Amino acid sequence: MAPLIEAELAGRVLQGALQHGGDFAEVFCEERSGLGLAIDESRVERVQRGSERGAGVRVVRGETSYFAHVDGLGESELERAAAAVAAAARGDRREIQALAAAESPPLQEIAVAPAEVPAERKAELLRACDQTARSAGDEVAQVQASYAEGSRRVTVANSEGRFAVDDRTRVRLGVQVVARRNGAVETGFETLGGHRGFELVTEGAAERTAERAARIALTLLDADPAPAGAMPVVVGGGFGGVLFHEMTGHGLEADHVQKGASVYAGKMGEQVAAPDLEAFDDGRLPGEWGTDGIDDEGTPTQRTAVIHEGRITSYLYDLVRARKDGVDSTGNGRRESFRHLPIPRMTNTYIAPGEASPEELISEVERGFYAVSFAGGQVDPTTGDFVFGVSEGYLIEAGKVTKPCRGATLIGNCLEALGRIDGVASDFEMKTGFCGKGGQRVPVGTGQGHVRIGELTVGGTAV
Amino acid sequence: MSDELEAIAQRAVEAALAAGAGDAEAYVQDSVGREIRIFDGEVESLTEAGERGLGVRCWIDHRAGYAYGTELSEEGLGGIARDAVETARIADADEFAAAPSADGAVAPPEIPGLHDPTLAQWTTERKIELAKGIERAAREADERVVGVETAVYADEEQRVAIASSTGLAGAFEATTAYAYLQAIAEAGGDKQTGLGFGMGRSPEGLDEEEIGREAAERAASLLGARKPGSRTCPVVLDPIVAASFVGFIGGTLCADAVQRGRSPFAGRLGDFVASAALTITDHATDPAGLNSSPFDAEGAPRGQTPLIEAGKLAAYLHDSYTARRQQAAGAPGTRTTANASRAGYRSPPSVSTSNLVVAPGAKGFEELLAEAEDGVYVTDVAGLHSGVNPVSGTFSVGATGRLIDAGQLAAPADEFTIASDLQSMLKAITAAASESRWVPFGGSVNAPALLIGEMAVGGS
Repeated sequence: MAPLIEAELAGRVLQGALQHGGDFAEVFCEERSGLGLAIDESRVERVQRGSERGAGVRVVRGETSYFAHVDGLGESELERAAAAVAAAARGDRREIQALAAAESPPLQEIAVAPAEVPAERKAELLRACDQTARSAGDEVAQVQASYAEGSRRVTVANSEGRFAVDDRTRVRLGVQVVARRNGAVETGFETLGGHRGFELVTEGAAERTAERAARIALTLLDADPAPAGAMPVVVGGGFGGVLFHEMTGHGLEADHVQKGASVYAGKMGEQVAAPDLEAFDDGRLPGEWGTDGIDDEGTPTQRTAVIHEGRITSYLYDLVRARKDGVDSTGNGRRESFRHLPIPRMTNTYIAPGEASPEELISEVERGFYAVSFAGGQVDPTTGDFVFGVSEGYLIEAGKVTKPCRGATLIGNCLEALGRIDGVASDFEMKTGFCGKGGQRVPVGTGQGHVRIGELTVGGTAV
Repeated sequence: MSDELEAIAQRAVEAALAAGAGDAEAYVQDSVGREIRIFDGEVESLTEAGERGLGVRCWIDHRAGYAYGTELSEEGLGGIARDAVETARIADADEFAAAPSADGAVAPPEIPGLHDPTLAQWTTERKIELAKGIERAAREADERVVGVETAVYADEEQRVAIASSTGLAGAFEATTAYAYLQAIAEAGGDKQTGLGFGMGRSPEGLDEEEIGREAAERAASLLGARKPGSRTCPVVLDPIVAASFVGFIGGTLCADAVQRGRSPFAGRLGDFVASAALTITDHATDPAGLNSSPFDAEGAPRGQTPLIEAGKLAAYLHDSYTARRQQAAGAPGTRTTANASRAGYRSPPSVSTSNLVVAPGAKGFEELLAEAEDGVYVTDVAGLHSGVNPVSGTFSVGATGRLIDAGQLAAPADEFTIASDLQSMLKAITAAASESRWVPFGGSVNAPALLIGEMAVGGS
């Protein structure tokens, strides 16, 4: 794709931003547009379209970042942003490196551009989800489904000569089903998403997502209150990977580490997990939700081994934190939009598949909990304390999955729980999520096969 | 400036009608903000933010559509208007979807102090000093505070204008300023974090000593925390935690959730859903409430709505759509409570709480602890939004706090859960403390500490 601004203008904006000094300057331009619609009460509604164009200009001097953002990509807007940043920044002047032709990373394969598909076709897709879920059982009381597509075209230029573009297309479908029986009300939720075109949701994929959401809700109608107490926990594949995302991924983000606000600070090279545990952050996984060609600072994305043979092998860096540690960026400088400063963020983070089968992991548990999927989670990277809401969970008794449980939460401490992972299965799957940090929401992929943690606290209502 | 925004809104409405809309409504927002992040006594980042955008909602034969954008030239407005019309044509017809009427609308209330001119008198340098002062205050408040993970100061001056083809029009200006920090305390190999925050209409209203000290106290008081034993016992929620839960309950009392069968309080109007100790009001015009405004996101004049009065469910919150739907469902007297809200120009209006105010009780905080006698004092919860099922009301969330022993605060506790369901919890509220504070969690909530007679605590 062609850059959103010409090299000549980008050069002038960078010069302007550095006119009173600074170590580094960058201009990030973005054109984003999207379409969203939903079905609720079997009626297609909340159809909305949006488009925004703008730029963020940043100057870094020492440890300080000066940032300004404007709507619009005209020369006057860009110069206004550069002037606002220059007014705040002071320091020795730096010469900027000349910009060559913009680099364009290999783009993800988009078979069917979503914008080319008539919107009515997307409404039909939601109607199909609604019908599929409703026909899954008489106890299905409500179905909500939503479809969203988004396009982000970005251009980054910086004073070190980086000039790169990226074109990102994402599609995501979410289905929520509520089932009722007498007084019991349960919900099931399933998503499907990727850095992909409309092909992702066709050929029955949308219907299968709806069917699975319905099945979860119907299964949970038979649930008992979740147990409370410490016990072995088997975590499901796919979205179960959000556990690793929260309890390890965040703590490996270099901003937390450099501030001493991470339990993984000072632990580079240390054994934190069983010697067969391998984990990665991979911004290049084809078609995945957290995949981009470049990060939002223009660095090509890469596959980074964060844990190798149970030892920490890398933190996740953006340019500013990499410079501080004297290393290269790992391509993890991401931002929600041109209105945000880039910070170290995960892309697709996962535990690599192991040898066991999920059934083997479960069969070795006398009494425990099987957390198939989560509604979400949260971690305090400083203390390592985390909490997860279980959206689908079961009791494990005598090596067998038995009763479904409602209202379970998993709580624990990152380092303890990571050290207690005593089995990883070979079934591997990636799922989509949105990760919030510093007020910025970015798409991330989470994944793993089934994982067993020797002991974890399950918080339920059955005391 | 506001005149200019109103003119843009009017032109957008005309563009939508010209593009084929039966009715149209436009919302224009223009904001200028500043954010300062401090780490280790130095500025980590300084952001100058300017944002201006337009959202157009339109209706064609009871089909509603929405589009937004940042291009506000004539051509840009035309494009957004055409997008809005296109989206309406994709939506299915909904007999209750229609433009809000201006009939019988009264003049919006004046909210003194909503726009505080003192914000403009603060230079960036002075704001940086304030943010640094907050970090310093935390470090000086307790020697066990070893660091602060970013102290943040932010402010915003916002202008909003709205216009519709049914004759609604208006504009207002508001300022906000807030600061927060996360202090890190360490002792005996244990690390804990604590949050401090303050908010107001201008930095004048932020007390740097108080904000820093709160973060230090919260972090230090948790040092040495252990997992409590699993049991069922009285639980005292501090105002921050109480506000988070109240905000969540407010969401279940929005008519949209009720009408679509997604609220555990559907069909309970007039019932005693909580203990007599609980009174909650949605108060949209209190100048201290950060979500206050003269009119709501679709132009209806704001006011107050009693939600729970001494335990009795008094009302649900409505916008024009849910009110119309309720009228047809056998409650012809239903009117909008002016609770249409939006997160900004990117989102169409939907029903939401404004500021929730929980009435304080007669007892002091110490008396609440004495009444609990043996239980847990919760100062933070995590995972509220993944841990509560808004349809069934069941929840289990991670918590930290202190044990209550013989009516006094005792050893710190962490890594435990509190679990119940919203219905049982509301019934189990035994008392509200006499002192409240504004909390920016769960929306915007003014809450006292609450004593819950019985709750499941999950620990070791």
